[in-house]
Amino acid sequence: MTDAISASGLVKTLGPTRALDGLDLTVRTGEVHGFLGPNGAGKSTTLRVLLGMMRADAGTALLLGGDPWAEATELHRRLAYVPGDVTLWPQLSGGEVIDLLGRMRGGLNKQRRAELLERFDLDPRKKGRAYSKGNRQKVALVAALASDVELLLLDEPTSGLDPLMEEVFRDAIREEKRRGDRTVLLSSHILAEVEALCDRLTIIRDGRAVETGTLDELRHLTRTTIDAELTAPADGLAALPGVHDLRAGEGRVRFDVEAAALEPVLRELAAAGVRSLVSRPPTLEELFLRHYDRSGAAAAEEKVSR
Amino acid sequence: MRELTGVGGLIRLILRRDRVLTPLWVLFVGLVPVSYVAAIDGLFPTEAGRRAYAAASGHNGGFVALYGPLHGSSLGELVAWRAGFIPIVIGLFSILTVIRHTRTEEEAGRRELLGSTVMGRHAGLAAALAVTMAADLVLGAILAGGLVGQGLPATGSWALGLGFAACGWVYAAVAAVAAQLTGGAGGARGIAIGLLGATFVLRVTGDLSGLSSDGTLTWASWLSPIGWAHRVRPYAGEAWWPLALAAGVAALLVAVAVALSARRDIGAGLLPQRLGPASAGAGLRSPLGLAWRLHRSLLAGWTAGFLALGVVLGYLAEGIGDLVRDAPAMSDIMIRIGGVRGLVDSYFSGLVALFGLLAAGYAIQATLRAREEESSGRAEPVLGTAVGRVRWAAGHLAFSLLGPAVALAAAGLAMGLTHGLNTGDVGRELPRVLGAAMVQLPAVWVLGAVAVLLFGLLPRLAAVSWGALAICLLIGLVGPALRVDKRLLEVSPFTHLPRLPGGPMNVTPLLWLAVVAAVLAGAGLAALRRRDIPAA
Repeated sequence: MTDAISASGLVKTLGPTRALDGLDLTVRTGEVHGFLGPNGAGKSTTLRVLLGMMRADAGTALLLGGDPWAEATELHRRLAYVPGDVTLWPQLSGGEVIDLLGRMRGGLNKQRRAELLERFDLDPRKKGRAYSKGNRQKVALVAALASDVELLLLDEPTSGLDPLMEEVFRDAIREEKRRGDRTVLLSSHILAEVEALCDRLTIIRDGRAVETGTLDELRHLTRTTIDAELTAPADGLAALPGVHDLRAGEGRVRFDVEAAALEPVLRELAAAGVRSLVSRPPTLEELFLRHYDRSGAAAAEEKVSR
Repeated sequence: MRELTGVGGLIRLILRRDRVLTPLWVLFVGLVPVSYVAAIDGLFPTEAGRRAYAAASGHNGGFVALYGPLHGSSLGELVAWRAGFIPIVIGLFSILTVIRHTRTEEEAGRRELLGSTVMGRHAGLAAALAVTMAADLVLGAILAGGLVGQGLPATGSWALGLGFAACGWVYAAVAAVAAQLTGGAGGARGIAIGLLGATFVLRVTGDLSGLSSDGTLTWASWLSPIGWAHRVRPYAGEAWWPLALAAGVAALLVAVAVALSARRDIGAGLLPQRLGPASAGAGLRSPLGLAWRLHRSLLAGWTAGFLALGVVLGYLAEGIGDLVRDAPAMSDIMIRIGGVRGLVDSYFSGLVALFGLLAAGYAIQATLRAREEESSGRAEPVLGTAVGRVRWAAGHLAFSLLGPAVALAAAGLAMGLTHGLNTGDVGRELPRVLGAAMVQLPAVWVLGAVAVLLFGLLPRLAAVSWGALAICLLIGLVGPALRVDKRLLEVSPFTHLPRLPGGPMNVTPLLWLAVVAAVLAGAGLAALRRRDIPAA
């Protein structure tokens, strides 16, 4: 089966900034793919290139087997898009917007529309300007989820949703996943969401994909945190390759270890005598922060400012 | 005074945000009338020349509709009269500025952001009004100072400047009230501009009625703040009390706005929000269907305005003829321009030219809606569906092409019908006047097409298309009187139109203008297909 999305080497310059700088992205058909990065990393620009709204300066992109720029109109029949910042027409009601977008896409599942309105607790009779940010987001989500399409492109779809509605959204995506034939590209900076929903994910930084794979694969590439109570000091630990941030004292050690170095480390611990041991795989958050920690000045600055 | 806490900071914020636009505007509008002094003095250096010009123009219905009544023939009076359209421009500026810094801020949520800081309830409204009214006053002062500098009497110059400023104040206050009524900036702007249009029609009605023999509707000018600015009578024995009237009405309206503002919630209007349908009707399924929903109130507004203005102006046409028949002194001029018929014809041809310029404003406004859709992010979900860019843009362009056609037809029909009923010959007048109005269309389209070209090619400069209209307006209103180079006049598409009714009909320039419009719009759409959306 072909990939739903395959892009390689995408470059896009917007004014003085290089929004995309050789981005590679592969989304397999039928998967929910997380597209992770902080604000300004290039997520929205990537989606706009994939939608044929912007033309990449360099690189190639293939969407549902077609050229997203040249065949935009035909391809859009087979996908639904939720922009990151949803603005609605002040004079149109939410229900009208949902129907209009669905019809222009080529059809809407009436039953699913009613069901989604119910679940998202959305009043479709309100006019555009009367909706709060979260409710505007819901209008766009219902319009996208109620149409029978192969591909959903969602740009930070849960921004503005309350936790209850976020759960409704996750359920809806899980249902899509169970149907098996829908592909979802979910851009987000909410790690728990990506962790809960996505089969694979791509982490993007400064317009470039820095990591891609399943969560397990990504974890494998990084360090596990180990917290152990020992009967005797394990002096050899510090000398082992792949051990980081070692803190020892009063019969306890705590350190991070690279996946490849686990075996010798465990042997060393066993030799010292283990009373208790907690090993924790890195959370996505740690994984993410680690990438941005290493990214140099910009990311470091961001961390300081928090 | 707690209600006004923070107003100083807000005023600085507004000045910072408008630091380019407002000074440019105030300076430009303030200095335009100053340039009239040398121009009119150069054209009519002698007392006799000025008197003949005043006699001819002061009785021309088209001119009076545009500039107001003309009483004497001194240089100052001619300059003040010629500047008679400027109060409308100042009113429009005042309305737009007040709405932009009140309702638009609220709609965008910025007001809330600021409101959570230490800021009084009325500080936002007060700051917007203070800046706008101060700008009006500075404009008036620049105008007065400039005219004094050109050697005109100081009293009359200050009367003119203050009269214009006071007119701006009234419309700023009107906008402040309108901003409390609706739930959105668009609605508030519509109400305030609608009122500006209505008061313009009242002024025109009163002034044209004053031209005709019976003069039964002369009082209508007194219902219009624009009329008050004229009735300060600069250089013609100044009357100061209309200034007090304007200032009083402005103060009253501001008080009303403050009272209303205290009674409503942020983001809400006093007019109730209605619920819409839960699902879309059958017509809302395409870009054209969407455009209809977005454009219909604009179309209705322009058509209604043109219709009302057309009825009044058509009704008054016969009175112009009467006046000349009753005044033998006018016979010289009358014969020169082709008798009573010729006079009425030139009245109509002046008016349809004015309608054409206004309709071009509509064409540009409708075209720029597409740009607004893009920059507000509302185009993106549409273009994310199976709708191509050109089809999306075409929905809006349908209205910038056909909207002005509908509005012009309404004006032509209304003028032709009322005038025909007056003369008892509808069969002759209706097609003549209607045809004259529709002839404007190719020139209107050229300006709309300029907006399409900019939208496609240089989207961030799309608003510059208003500049193109301003040039045409300047050429149309001032050019012929000031003996500007003919090639410069020909920049305006309106210069090429046949002078109808009365003049010879010539189809060739109309075809050429239509071709130019098609090429410009086609190039704009071609550029739109190639560029990024939203434009960087």
